[in-house]
Amino acid sequence: MLSIKNLHVSINGKEILRGINLEVKPGEVHAIMGPNGTGKSTLASVIAGRDIYTIDEGDVLFKGKNLLEMPIEDRASEGIFLGFQYPVEIPGVSITNFMRTAVNEQRKYHGLDPIPANEFLAKMEEKKQMLEITAKLANRSVNEGFSGGEKKKNEIFQMAMLEPSLAILDETDSGLDIDALKIVANGVNKLRRPDNAFVVITHYQRLLDYIVPDIVHVLFDGRIVRSGGKELAFELEEKGYEWIKASLV
Amino acid sequence: MEKDPNNILEEVTQGDYKYGFYTDIEMDTAPVGLTEDTVRFISAKKNEPEWLLQYRLDAYHKWLEMTEPTWAHLLHPPISYQDIIFYAAPKKKKELSSLDEVDPELIATFNKLGISLEEQKKLSGVAVDAVIDSVSVKTTFSETLEKQGIIFCSFSEAVQKVPDLVKQYLGTVVPSDDNYFAALNSAVFSDGSFCYIPKGVRCPIELSTYFRINAANTGQFERTLIIGDENSYVSYMEGCTAPMRDENQLHAAIVEIVALKEAEVKYSTVQNWYPGNKKGEGGIYNFVTKRGICKGNNSKISWTQVETGSAITWKYPSVVLMGDNSVGEFYSVAVTNNYQQADTGSKMIHLGRNTKSTIISKGISAGFSNNSYRGLVKMTKRAENSRNFSQCDSLLLGDKCGAHTFPYIKTENKTSIVEHEATTSKISDDQLFYCNQRGISTESAIGLIVNGYAREVLKQLPMEFAVEAQKLLSISLEGSVG
Repeated sequence: MLSIKNLHVSINGKEILRGINLEVKPGEVHAIMGPNGTGKSTLASVIAGRDIYTIDEGDVLFKGKNLLEMPIEDRASEGIFLGFQYPVEIPGVSITNFMRTAVNEQRKYHGLDPIPANEFLAKMEEKKQMLEITAKLANRSVNEGFSGGEKKKNEIFQMAMLEPSLAILDETDSGLDIDALKIVANGVNKLRRPDNAFVVITHYQRLLDYIVPDIVHVLFDGRIVRSGGKELAFELEEKGYEWIKASLV
Repeated sequence: MEKDPNNILEEVTQGDYKYGFYTDIEMDTAPVGLTEDTVRFISAKKNEPEWLLQYRLDAYHKWLEMTEPTWAHLLHPPISYQDIIFYAAPKKKKELSSLDEVDPELIATFNKLGISLEEQKKLSGVAVDAVIDSVSVKTTFSETLEKQGIIFCSFSEAVQKVPDLVKQYLGTVVPSDDNYFAALNSAVFSDGSFCYIPKGVRCPIELSTYFRINAANTGQFERTLIIGDENSYVSYMEGCTAPMRDENQLHAAIVEIVALKEAEVKYSTVQNWYPGNKKGEGGIYNFVTKRGICKGNNSKISWTQVETGSAITWKYPSVVLMGDNSVGEFYSVAVTNNYQQADTGSKMIHLGRNTKSTIISKGISAGFSNNSYRGLVKMTKRAENSRNFSQCDSLLLGDKCGAHTFPYIKTENKTSIVEHEATTSKISDDQLFYCNQRGISTESAIGLIVNGYAREVLKQLPMEFAVEAQKLLSISLEGSVG
């Protein structure tokens, strides 16, 4: 589904990713771990299409299409979803309106008519129930005045609404209490299907108690230095990132 | 049943002129330029009583002594008043036989606004059988209004029908020498609307609904007078959300509102005149004086405006809060794009005790435009325990445009409270990225963000216009980023 080959990325002349290789297949959950400042969020942003980065080298293919030549919104419509580490506030825009616009723009991309209003509202209700979100989201402005936990839950809610084939969750677990963490993890588990995939970026192993990854990667200094099964996460938790650093010298 | 469209049109046209004072006027046009004779010519054409002619002449002489104001944050070449035709008899627009003859760009905008085909034809001057529907609806409305004693007609019609009411209130809110453009309007005003709501009557329909159907060509010097008698209510909407391609360069309108004891008048306007092209050529100069007076105790006047058109906007809808406990409100969204310039805001003059006013102004600038808020809040000595809250927000799109705020606050008593909040913000790259990442194109994202930003004001608009106004905001900003 996603195929990254020898990806080199820099910002303002400073190299951040130094040759990333990553293959994600349908049905898989990948976890990317690593210390702060090693390029985890950069990788997520580059896949989504943020244009502040310079791609120096490499290819990113998504369902066989060259992702790097695609506008951000087309990547989203092709099925890429990014759960933001710091979701922005959009004052005055209700979540209902925001989601309806997003759903309809994606439908337009695929040549479909806008979703009928009643169908849309039913879908919102269904996803809320599935995720066990009790708060009245619909009329609140996007992320405005949300607590950290509410923002992250809202990201998961949007993911459920948009039904992406590849969801990248960028430190969605940071700043969450255990209940919010469970809701987020639960959401991911419920949305897992044989035809979609997740890349979960996290600093801590904690989230992986609830979302069980198929493959764990350790990102360090712009490279994936180690990949393995879920045991790798435990090992990392136990020995710390210093262990990776030491083993690289 | 088939009717010959031509006959129907004739019927409709005659229907509009049934009050007779138009009938002897053919396609007359005043000579170019402005002299006392021009003023006399206009008054005579409208068969006006002597006092109104004198009112116009008096204003004309005052105007001669005045000079064009230069304090606004606006730049434009000098207006050559002697090159303007100040009166043209109600012109029949060139009739088109189908929408194919209408400017495709205009049609595209109609479609984006979701305006029905029949209405599109009407607005762009295409002969249609659908007029029948409009006429019947219009008649129903007129009957409903008449039953309640509501007078709602063109200004010229009111001069003939209810001259005493016109005489009693004309110029009492905006004196003819109030300012340069008010004096000009008072001398040469073309036509406009007159509205009187009798004591204790709550106008049963939004007059906006009526307007949409009746969209009249009122000419470039519009004059409107609205009177809410004691304990009455009316919601009035001027203008049309459809783009009006008016070729007149200079517009100078006056709107006067009088609210007597316990009356409430809500006035909404959506102004979308031709803003000029992308290079800043052409477009309307819009110099408007709008003012209401809360004359009686416990009365309320509320202005809501959405300004997206005109090359130059100079406009400060104001409320004089004379009655005790009276309330004045001003809600505004002003959008400027390309080379548009707007200097707009409000004045709240507190004279009565315990009076309250609110100003919510949302400026949005894009392209190379300039958008200024200018407002005055004055608490006089008598206006004890009065309150004002002003909030002036500016949103910038791009880095070539300007947003300015000029608040003036004067308080002459110690018990009143005046609050002023102002913010300036930009649509951030983070917001756009967030929207894009959900599949929303940049253009739609800007529309979404701008509408969210203006929501507080848009929700004040009558329902049926709010939706169109939202689309209008997005359309006005198309191509402003990226």
